[in-house]
Formats: sequence, structure tokens, C-alpha cells
Amino acid sequence: MHYTKDHEWVRVEGDVATVGITQYAADQLGDVVFVETPEAGKAVTKGDGFAVVESVKAASDVYAPVSGEVVEGNGALADQPAIVNEDPTGNGWFAKIRVSDRSQLDGLMDQAAYDAYLASL
Amino acid sequence: MSDPTEPMKRTPLYDAHVARGARMVPFAGYEMPVQYAGENGGVLNEHRWTREHAGLFDVSHMGQATITGAAAVSQFERFCCGDYQGLKEGKQRYSLFLNDEGGILDDLMAAKPSGQDGLFVVVNAACKDDDFGRLQAGLRGDATLTRLEDRALIAIQGPEAAEVMARHNPELADMGFMDSRKLRLFGVDAYVSRSGYTGEDGYEISVPAADAERIWNTILEDDKVRPIGLGARDSLRLEAGLPLYGHDADETTSPVEADLAFALNKRRREAGDYPGASRIQAEQAGALKRVRVGLKVTGAPAREGAEIADAGGVVIGKVTSGGPSPSLGSNIAMGYVPPSHSVLGTALKVIVRGRPQDAEVVAMPFVPKRFYRKPEQPAA
Repeated sequence: MHYTKDHEWVRVEGDVATVGITQYAADQLGDVVFVETPEAGKAVTKGDGFAVVESVKAASDVYAPVSGEVVEGNGALADQPAIVNEDPTGNGWFAKIRVSDRSQLDGLMDQAAYDAYLASL
Repeated sequence: MSDPTEPMKRTPLYDAHVARGARMVPFAGYEMPVQYAGENGGVLNEHRWTREHAGLFDVSHMGQATITGAAAVSQFERFCCGDYQGLKEGKQRYSLFLNDEGGILDDLMAAKPSGQDGLFVVVNAACKDDDFGRLQAGLRGDATLTRLEDRALIAIQGPEAAEVMARHNPELADMGFMDSRKLRLFGVDAYVSRSGYTGEDGYEISVPAADAERIWNTILEDDKVRPIGLGARDSLRLEAGLPLYGHDADETTSPVEADLAFALNKRRREAGDYPGASRIQAEQAGALKRVRVGLKVTGAPAREGAEIADAGGVVIGKVTSGGPSPSLGSNIAMGYVPPSHSVLGTALKVIVRGRPQDAEVVAMPFVPKRFYRKPEQPAA
């Protein structure tokens, strides 16, 4: 698993990256009440908002950790947004993205680096 | 407004919040609890608990003052649109401070607590220095404003609030909605009103700062009561259709525009002796450009700043607060639209992240208020 400083996680299988938000991000948001995930076929660019997660208080963008094309958005989150709080790194995934440039993965943090980053916050 | 360069202030209950794992956030110059930790914490849990049981809120950041002297009431009236000469002793009334253009400078509660001369006033935290500065500079004769900076303010709200508080002083059960008394509670002199800002029954209790933590923890010993943060306070007041000053009303909006004309009491309206009367009279005669309405929103929550469009897509106004309603399970909002689009049932659009979503003008409160009205005494 790899991580961004904005608290997204990425799990790569073949050329498809599954993307979500970390436990830390989910805890910071509090109760998630609304999630908007992208449709299949949508082109996303690393660093741009590709999904939205909303708590009672506020809406937050979820940023694409890599560029590519959306293979699937997690439609289950529309009806059950609380999954993001319950299982952020499992069933609470946001989208699967076909990675266009694997070298973008090199710039992401590994588990040890992300743990150190969290400890520094 | 508060100066961002000043250090954050803390209420007398800061340590009590931290001890209960509250997440502290800046609000109106104070470090305030937005939500509490643990399986009972979080905005949704805290919201629902307050609607079903009793929630305890620290609102000590709000401004408290007394105004005393023979001229207190008549002088205070010069700054607002309320009839306080006609207010009975032992009662509290909601009002608005207005500027000379009829804009709302703040909303407030002012009471004539039984057992005390003059007025007891509570104003919003972000406005308190301006409000009290304006009063201090402008009150004439013997009317004297005294800020009560050594007092905390605690609100208990919810259907079980009265039962909880009656155990601490049975006299509280005898108070009706908007009654205000100065009485002994928890061994101190307290100003108590039967009111709040959640749409539920409950009390607002002013106590000496030095006793606040003891009193807070004593009330929380009852299993019916849990501490509630500002997050749920905001969603509760939104459901109750209550405006948040600085968002749903500001110095450009009039009481008529903000749908708060009920605060313009009859005697003052007929006399026309309140600040900004010419604008407000013109608006009441029909020259109204915009009015605050409630919206039920389909799709994503529409937040403050989202544009409101008519059915054809023409932008006609803005959302001033909005979000999910935990009680209704749907999204609700308040915003300003022209009177022509304010009729209940009007189909509108809200623009969220560039996309129009369906919205409908609905009545406020979104969730029925449950204030306690004392039964009428039978005629002797």
C-alpha cells in the first residue's frame, strides 16, 4: 500500500490502482454522510479532485494519487457512506484507476514513511 | 469579529472538554469542542442524543451582561427592535440589534430575570465586543452595562432536560418556555432561562466561572446527559430553522429579509421608533428584494455559498447554511431568494460543484420545535 500527504491510499494490482482515504482521514472527517465517486471511463489527473467525501460539517475533495482512467467507482458508498468510517482501507475504497504512468507511484510514501508522516502531524 | 493574530481564548470548561476527549477547534476566537471522542461521540451520535435525551453544551464563549439603572430598559430599546418595556418580569425575549439602515448587527436574548433588577443580556461570541462596546458608548442616563466575564454559560437541551434539572432544583420544572429567573442552583447564584437554540425544551444556565467545571461534571453524572459539541449544535439549530448570525443574517440583511420580523414587536412597529425603520417599513409594505427560506435538497448537501437558481437555471440567490439533517435523513438548507420564489412548494435548483440539483422551498422549522409551554392556569 502507498500513501499521499493528503491521506489517500493506493493499492496496485497489475496496472489498476485501487484508491481510498486512510483511517486517519476518516477519523478526522468524522461521520461520513455523503460520497461522490467517479463514473467508469472518466480521465483523472494526479493531484486533481476526483471524488468528494462529506461529513455533517463540510465537503472535502479526494485527490487522485495517480493519473489514469477510472475503471470503476465504488457505487456502494452512495447508499452507505458510513462504510468509509467503518472500513476505509477495505470496502470503503473510492475508485479503481487504470494507471497511465507507473512512475507516478514512485513519488508516493510507503507504510513506514506514512507512519512517520502521521507522527509528525 | 475576532482578530486572527490574537491568541485563542478558552472557556472555563476547556479542561473538562479535553478530559472527555473533545476535538477542539477555533470558533469566534475561542478553542471550542466540535465533537467528543468515544463510541457515543461524533456529530451524528451527539445530534441524535440531544433529540432523544439531553445534551449539555458549553456556550460560555457567548457574551453575557446586565444592564441596570432606572433607564436600563428604555435605553436598551434604542439599539434593537424589541418591546422590553412590555416584557413581564421573569420573562426573556429574542431580539435583534439593528443599524441605522435596518441591517442586523446581532441577534440576542434579553431577560428581566425574576429576583434581579434590570436586564440580563446574552449575545453572540463573535459580536460581543462590538455589541457591548456600542451599548457602553451609547447608553444614556443612569443605564449601566456590566459585562459578566467571570461567568460561564451552560445549555442543557432535549426532551429529558427538564427531568434531569428538576432533581437539582424542583423550581426549574415550574418554569415555562422563555421564563427567566435568578435562583440558587448547585450552591451558586444562577441566571436560568427555559430556552435554547436546538428546537428542544431545555435551559440556559449562567454560573460563576469558578464553579463551572464542578457544575458541568455534576450534570453529566446523570446517564441521560451527554456533552455535545458545536458540530451537533449547528446541525440541531439548522433543523430547527434557527439562523446563525454571520451566516444566515448579517449587517446587510434586515429582519424582514431574514424572516425574523416576529422580533419586531407590535409597540415598536406601530411607533416606528427602532433603528432603520424606514427601510423595514418599506419592505413590509412590499418593497422586499429577498427573503430567507428553507430548502429541501435532493442529491449532495448544499453548503453555505452554493448558488440557488430558478427552475430555468437563472441564478436568483445563495445558500447561507446547509447540510445533512440527521433527524430527517435528507439534506436541508437555508438561503435567500426573491419573494416571487419563496412560496412553499416552489421548485428551485441549487448548484453544487457546478451541477444543478433539485431543491424545493419548504416550511421551517424542518423538524418540529418541542418547547415547553406551561398549561394555562384555570381561572379561579
